[in-house]
Amino acid sequence: MGKTIFDKIWDKHVVKIIEGGPSVLYIDKHLIHEVTSPQAFTGIEKRGAKLFRPQQIVATADHNVPTMNQHLPIADQLSKFQVDTLIDNCKKHGVELYGLGHPNQGIVHVIGPELGITQPGMTIVCGDSHTSTHGAFGSIAFGIGTSEVEMVFAAQCVMQTKPKVMRINIEGSLQNGVVSKDIILYIIAKISASGGTGYFVEYAGSAIRALSMEARMTICNMSIEMGARGGIIAPDETTYTYIKGRPFAPQGENWDKKLTQWKELYTDADAKFDLEININAADIDPMITYGTNPGMGLSVTGKVPTMDSISDPTEKQNFEKALAYMGLEAGQSLLGMPVQYVFIGSCTNSRIEDFRLVASIIKGKQKNASVKTLIIPGSQEVAKQIKAEGLDKIFTAAGIEIRQAGCSACLGMNEDKIPAGEYCISTSNRNFEGRQGAGARTMLVSPLTAAAALLTGKITDIRTMLN
Amino acid sequence: MQSLQKIKSRFIPLRIENVDTDQIIPARFLKATTKEGFGKNLFRDWRYENDDETKPKVDFVLNQKQFTGEILVAAKNFGSGSSREHAAWSIQDYGFKVVVSSFFADIFKNNALNNGVLPVTVSDAFLQAIFAEGADATLSIDLEKQTITIDTTGASESFEINAYKKTCMLNGYDDIDYLLSMKEEIEQFELNHNK
Repeated sequence: MGKTIFDKIWDKHVVKIIEGGPSVLYIDKHLIHEVTSPQAFTGIEKRGAKLFRPQQIVATADHNVPTMNQHLPIADQLSKFQVDTLIDNCKKHGVELYGLGHPNQGIVHVIGPELGITQPGMTIVCGDSHTSTHGAFGSIAFGIGTSEVEMVFAAQCVMQTKPKVMRINIEGSLQNGVVSKDIILYIIAKISASGGTGYFVEYAGSAIRALSMEARMTICNMSIEMGARGGIIAPDETTYTYIKGRPFAPQGENWDKKLTQWKELYTDADAKFDLEININAADIDPMITYGTNPGMGLSVTGKVPTMDSISDPTEKQNFEKALAYMGLEAGQSLLGMPVQYVFIGSCTNSRIEDFRLVASIIKGKQKNASVKTLIIPGSQEVAKQIKAEGLDKIFTAAGIEIRQAGCSACLGMNEDKIPAGEYCISTSNRNFEGRQGAGARTMLVSPLTAAAALLTGKITDIRTMLN
Repeated sequence: MQSLQKIKSRFIPLRIENVDTDQIIPARFLKATTKEGFGKNLFRDWRYENDDETKPKVDFVLNQKQFTGEILVAAKNFGSGSSREHAAWSIQDYGFKVVVSSFFADIFKNNALNNGVLPVTVSDAFLQAIFAEGADATLSIDLEKQTITIDTTGASESFEINAYKKTCMLNGYDDIDYLLSMKEEIEQFELNHNK
């Protein structure tokens, strides 16, 4: 029987299978940041052990960093201490750090691909659930806890039970105004926030093949939001073209050798999946979430479900709790609702292509006066490219400020928070209670739908603004 | 790591589905650089009005004095979202040794096991049977036999755990010691892998 791409990569990385237990899985690249690494460094020091393969680790500071005046010392003392601890730990243990002020600094899941660190066939981990992003390159990439970060420090391996594998096929063409964020929000709404638990997901089909690398990353990024450990897309010419020439990409003869290996990374025609789901791309509308988990999503023109659609009492209670938090009524339409904030950023949608999409909508227009904005590039490199392409001028002319790179209001660990009770149209990945600040009401959308809200100050169907 | 063999305790019923790790421990508490002291901020924003410890929310179960114990019982899909191990640290630091649910998110389950907190997955029906019990009821969990029992009714169910993790929990072993003992094997693996 044939193998899935997931099986091919997994099997190549198994050092040992423990009888009646997990596999010891070898990790090629380990990405770390300031929030989930300090206790792992302390742990390894307490054991009197050394980092086993420090040259396979790359560090950056992203979660805690301010998005204004990054040249000044971090004002929040706890954040500063955590970032300083990362600097000390990296120095002490010989780990490459792209810290604040470094041209390679940025959100860990933006810089890995951008620098060519992320490559097909690799196993990649990071103490961050959105590590699934890197699967867009045909790698097995998943988030781990801090104990597991310590395992990788100690032995360049983690202990993992092999997950089941699901394939989601998306065939056909997307409607004008519908982008990859809508695809993944549609999938999660369809299978729920836990529908992918226990699985790794391969995304396939003509609609996926047609996507850019940035768009593929957005899809793989949110695999975790349906509970899946990770997502994977087989590499193709789009992948190779993206990687070639990047700072850490293989070069010369080594490139040719790697390319030959990468071309073996596909799911065999006779491979079997534990589950397959088929989706027609044309069925997908611009999507928006109305509740407090990413599975609570609908078409931007849809209506919030009604109570009669739910029979289970606990579920009903949870649904009521979510609507009360969001200040919404069952059965209501969302179109035309005023929003107070627009956040464009996060490891889901802060890449150059996202900024190009937003710029294409706001060009020559003015931001709605009632909307406050947090517009955050994913990395220093994205910020540089925004300037090089003149997109910054389009934002400035529209009355919108672009800030500096970091995770920002996706999780509000720095100063960038949404006030209680206010609605935020957000290109990020989580609409959990309090995620963007205590009492903040998050609605997840694509960069295009966010751009529409920038101009109208309301929840808007972007399709009505396109020709 | 703390070992765990058997436990008999009252429990705290948290009838909420899809409890994500942002609720278990909000992001603003992730600025710590040690593992200790997270228990006081467990479910912080569900426990207190406006982040004020003098204003506990009376309808939240951790604030209801009749409920106590070393077992947390939660509705399905517990621990979804962020990979933050701080969620497991806060649950352990608060004093829980076991979390029971009908469904756990993968990363949380691993994090719990790596910190000596036992995740016990039960059927939906068994979970409802636990929720139907009063505040004085106790649950007994026997890891060796892989059983969970509602002591008042005697209703019992078996739960899954892989043999390796079970041995680790029973004896308080951790994965890192195991991996450190495998160094030579890993070096051998690398010789072929990096070709």
